[in-house]
Amino acid sequence: MSNSSSGNVGIVIVSHSAKIAEGAADMVRQMVGNAVPLAWTGGDPEGGLGTNVAGILEAIEIAWSPAGVAILVDLGGAETNSEMAVEMLTEDRRARVVVCNAPVVEGAVIAATESSGGSSLTAVQRSAEEFYA
Amino acid sequence: MSLNREVREKLVRALAVSMIEHADELTSLDQAIGDGDHGLNMKRGFEAVLATLPALADKPMPEMLKAIGMTLVMKVGGASGPLVGTFFMELGKALPEEPTRADLVAATDKAIDAVKARGRSEAGQKTLLDVLVPVQAIFAAGGDAAAIAAEAAEAAERTTPMLAIRGRASFLGERSIGHMDPGSRSASLLIGAAVATLEFEAGL
Repeated sequence: MSNSSSGNVGIVIVSHSAKIAEGAADMVRQMVGNAVPLAWTGGDPEGGLGTNVAGILEAIEIAWSPAGVAILVDLGGAETNSEMAVEMLTEDRRARVVVCNAPVVEGAVIAATESSGGSSLTAVQRSAEEFYA
Repeated sequence: MSLNREVREKLVRALAVSMIEHADELTSLDQAIGDGDHGLNMKRGFEAVLATLPALADKPMPEMLKAIGMTLVMKVGGASGPLVGTFFMELGKALPEEPTRADLVAATDKAIDAVKARGRSEAGQKTLLDVLVPVQAIFAAGGDAAAIAAEAAEAAERTTPMLAIRGRASFLGERSIGHMDPGSRSASLLIGAAVATLEFEAGL
């Protein structure tokens, strides 16, 4: 998990591995300090490799910002579980959360850097997704 | 079709037992072409569902199905949680409390569409949809429980020579050919368990 608060777009990192998620979050923090709300989650409901909806919902809550939240994911299940979590949010929040089609580590760092300059959710997502463009 | 409390509880137990008893088989299928956790994940999800009995079966059928779906979404992990969970939740949303067979066919159609949307997938990509779609065709055409169960088993077998296009197995490319899709196998087991219970108890 992680912390911080500001009006900037929040970043959530979702990996099958808690270590990867935490490590990616460390790299983000090194880049942007506490300028960006940030949270990470990884592992299945029992702590093995995998992802879980409850953990993702919790991470969205921690990284919540009125400007929205960008989620960075690794493999398929992380994406499917993240999309499920987004659908379970209240309607007003749902419209302000995006799952980025981007590599998890590079995407998180570039998204956070974009966010730290006060960019919109759309701009943050676009920056992250340029890796696959 | 009568879906009284006793039938509902038997249905839940049959579904759960089918996943718990086949957990090792599903895991070994998934070790071949996935990340090797499918059996464990489905077992964990259905053990969590079992833990909500007997209160779960007190709910009317639509509410019970939605509750099963939500438990699976939260407990299974992996991509299967949202996919199988979505199927149960949408089935519950679309089903009246005392469904006719036609109601069940219509609700299953909606649930399958929701799985397609959730996975952004169609039949032919070596996923559980390769069982759900052909089985639904038999069900909608009036097939009896034996015909539905037989098609479920055969449809899972038919995924063996398929090339995976969605999911973790798609990373393997042509090496995914020659292995049965674990999600198709679990779907066929769940369908087999459901129709066996409903045929016996409710006259499917």
